[in-house]
Amino acid sequence: MRYAPVNLGRWVLWGTTVVVFAVAPLVFTSSFALTLLTQMGSFIIFALSYNMLLGQGGMLSFGHAVYSGLGAYIAVHALNLIGKGTVVFPVTLLPLVGGLAGMVFGILFGYVTTRRAGTTFALISLGIGEMVFACVLMFPGFFGGEAGVSTNRVVGKPILGISYGPALQVYYLVAVWCFLSMVAMFALTQTPLGRMANAVRDNPERAEFVGYDTQKVRFLQLVLSAFFAGVSGALSCINFEIVSAENVSAIRSGGVLIATFIGGVPFFFGPILGAIVFIFFVAALSGFTKAWLLYLGLFFVLMVLYAPGGLASLVMMQIPVLRARRFGALLLPYAAAAGAAALAMAGLIGVTEMVYHLSDVSGGTLMTLAGMEFDAKSGVPWAISVSLLVLGLISLHFATRYLARRWAEIKTA
Amino acid sequence: MEFFLVQLLNGISYGLLLFMLSSGLTLVFSLMGVLNFAHASFYMLGAYFAFQVSSEIGFWPALVIAPVLVGLIGMGVERFGLRKVHRFGHVAELLFTFGLAYLIDEAVHLVWGRSAVDYRVPPDLDGPLFSIFTSQYPMYRGFMMLVSVAMLVSIWLALTRTRIGLVIQAALTHPQTVEALGHNVPRVFMLVFGGGAALAGLAGVIGGNAFVTEPGMAASVGPIIFVTVVVGGMGSLAGAFIASLLIGCLQTFAVSLDWPIFGLKLSQVAPVLPYLLMVLLLIVRPKGLMGTREG
Repeated sequence: MRYAPVNLGRWVLWGTTVVVFAVAPLVFTSSFALTLLTQMGSFIIFALSYNMLLGQGGMLSFGHAVYSGLGAYIAVHALNLIGKGTVVFPVTLLPLVGGLAGMVFGILFGYVTTRRAGTTFALISLGIGEMVFACVLMFPGFFGGEAGVSTNRVVGKPILGISYGPALQVYYLVAVWCFLSMVAMFALTQTPLGRMANAVRDNPERAEFVGYDTQKVRFLQLVLSAFFAGVSGALSCINFEIVSAENVSAIRSGGVLIATFIGGVPFFFGPILGAIVFIFFVAALSGFTKAWLLYLGLFFVLMVLYAPGGLASLVMMQIPVLRARRFGALLLPYAAAAGAAALAMAGLIGVTEMVYHLSDVSGGTLMTLAGMEFDAKSGVPWAISVSLLVLGLISLHFATRYLARRWAEIKTA
Repeated sequence: MEFFLVQLLNGISYGLLLFMLSSGLTLVFSLMGVLNFAHASFYMLGAYFAFQVSSEIGFWPALVIAPVLVGLIGMGVERFGLRKVHRFGHVAELLFTFGLAYLIDEAVHLVWGRSAVDYRVPPDLDGPLFSIFTSQYPMYRGFMMLVSVAMLVSIWLALTRTRIGLVIQAALTHPQTVEALGHNVPRVFMLVFGGGAALAGLAGVIGGNAFVTEPGMAASVGPIIFVTVVVGGMGSLAGAFIASLLIGCLQTFAVSLDWPIFGLKLSQVAPVLPYLLMVLLLIVRPKGLMGTREG
C-alpha cells in the first residue's frame, strides 16, 4: 500500500468538473448549444474509451466505432421493446445495456484483434470494422439498412417527472453517465490492470518476462474499453433517436481517433479536450463552411507534425513555467506567435473558402466572407488572402524561433 | 467450365491489380516500418491524373505521366512530412499518412467534384482479346495483366539485379551499416516511398477505367489492400502476392455466384469475404500466410 493522503488537487478538479457539467446548460441556453453539449458528453465517453486502447494500451484501433455502434443498435432495439411494453426497464439505465452489448462484441472481436499488437493490430481492427459495416448493410432486418433503426426515447410514464422528452433532461442523463464513466475510467488507470496495460504498451517483452500474458492484458483492456464505447453508443441512440450504419462506419472510427489524438493521447484528460474540439468542428463549424473537413484534416496533420502530445501536452507544458512564476516572460512571444498564426489562418481561410466557392458550380462567383461581399473570381481578394497567408507564415517562422529561444532561456534559468 | 475460366481470368487480373497496390505498401512497410495509410489515396490520385492527362493528350502518355506525378508527390510527402514525424515513432508516421488521406480525399473532391468522372478504356484497347467458348474476353483485361506482370518483373529485376536495388535490400535489414558504407539512406527511403506511391498511381491508371474513377474509390479499395497485406503476412512480398490472387479470385467468384447462404445470396455476402478470410486466418495462423515479423 502506498501512502495516500487526501489529494486536494484531484478533489478540486473532479469537483469543478461536476460544477461545469451542472452549470453548462444554464450558461449556454440556446437549443443549439444544448444539442452540442449533449453530443460532446457522449463523445467524451467515446474518446476516453478509445484512449484506453491507444493511450493506455498502445493499441491503435481503426475500428472502435464497431463497439459503440453495435452497442447503440442493441440499445435501440431494447428501447423499442420497452416502448412496446414487452420489457420493463428504465431508460435511465439503457446505457448499461449498450455497454454490456459493446462488451460482448469486445470479447468476440477482441479475441481476434488482440492476438497481435502494433501495426498489425491497427490493420486487423480496420478489417473488423469494415466487416461489421458490410454486415450491417447486409442484414436490413435487424440493422434497418441504410436508413437505420429509429426509436422514441419517451416511453412509459415519467418517473419523478423525468420523461426524457425535453432535451435538457437528456443532457443531464448524458452528463451523469459521462461523469460516472470518467471516474470509472480514471479509476481503471490506477488498477493493476491499468498499470500492466501501460507496461505492455511500453515494453511488451519485459512485461512477458515479468510473467504477464501481454495478449490477455490487451484483451481485457479492449473488453473494458468496448464497454464504455457501448455506453456512449447507447447515449447517442437516446439523444438522436436513430441508429444507422454510419454509427459503425470507418468515418466514425477515424473521427474518434482524430479527436483523441488532437486532445492528447499521453494524458487522461486529453481526449476530453479532443472530444470538445472535435464536436465543435463536426457540429458547429460544418454549419458555417463546407471546407470543415479540410480544416479538421489540416489541424490533425499539423498536430501530428508539431504537437504529437496533443492539446493536453501544450497545456501541461505551461505548468512548470507557471510554477516557476516565469509565465510573464512567455507572454510576449505567445502573443507574437498567436498574432502570426491568426494572420496565416485568415489568409488560409480566405484562399480555402474561395477555392471551395469556385468549385461549387451552382453558386456563382459572388460570395461573402467575414461580412464582406466580393467576387471570388476577381484578383483583389486572392491577392489579399495569399499575401496574408505568406506574411503570416513568414512571421510565424520568426515568432516560433523567438518563442523557442525564450523557452530555452527559462529552461536553463 | 466456360464460366470458371472467365471468372478465373477476371480474378487473376483483379488480383494482380491488388498486388500492384499491396506490393508498394509492403515494400514501404518493410523498408521504413511505415504503414502508408494514404496508399489507396495515391491509387485514386493516379486514376484522376490519368483521367485528366488522357483527356488532354491521350491514354498512352498518361500511362507514364500519371504514375510519375504521383511518385513525385509521394517523394514530397516523405521529404517534407514523414521525415519530420519519424522521430515521434511509427504510430505518428501512420497517423500522419492517415491525416494525409483525409486531405487528399478533400482535394480530389475540390478539384474533380463529388461524382464519378468519365475515365474510359482507350479505343485501341476496347474490344475482345479472344473468346473462350462463347464468351469474349475483353482486351483491356489482358492489357491490365500485361502491365502488372511487366511491372512486377521489372521491380523484381530492379531489386535483385541493380545496384540501387541491392542498397535497398541491404537497407531493409541493416540501415546503419548501409549508412556507414556511405549510402544516403534517407534518400533511399524517399525513393522507395516515391516508388511505392508511383506503383499505386500506375495501378490507379489501369484500374481507374476498368472499374470506376470516383472520390470513394480510395475508401473502398483501401481496406481490401490492408487486409491483403495482413493475410499475406506483414512485410512479405511473396505472401502479398499469394494473398492478392487469393482475395482477387475469392471476390470475383463470390460476386458472380448465387449460392444461398443463411437466406442470403453468396453475391450479397461477397464484400465480407476478404475480412472473414482475414479473421479465420488470424485465428489459425496469427502471423499471416508467409509472415515472419512478430508485431
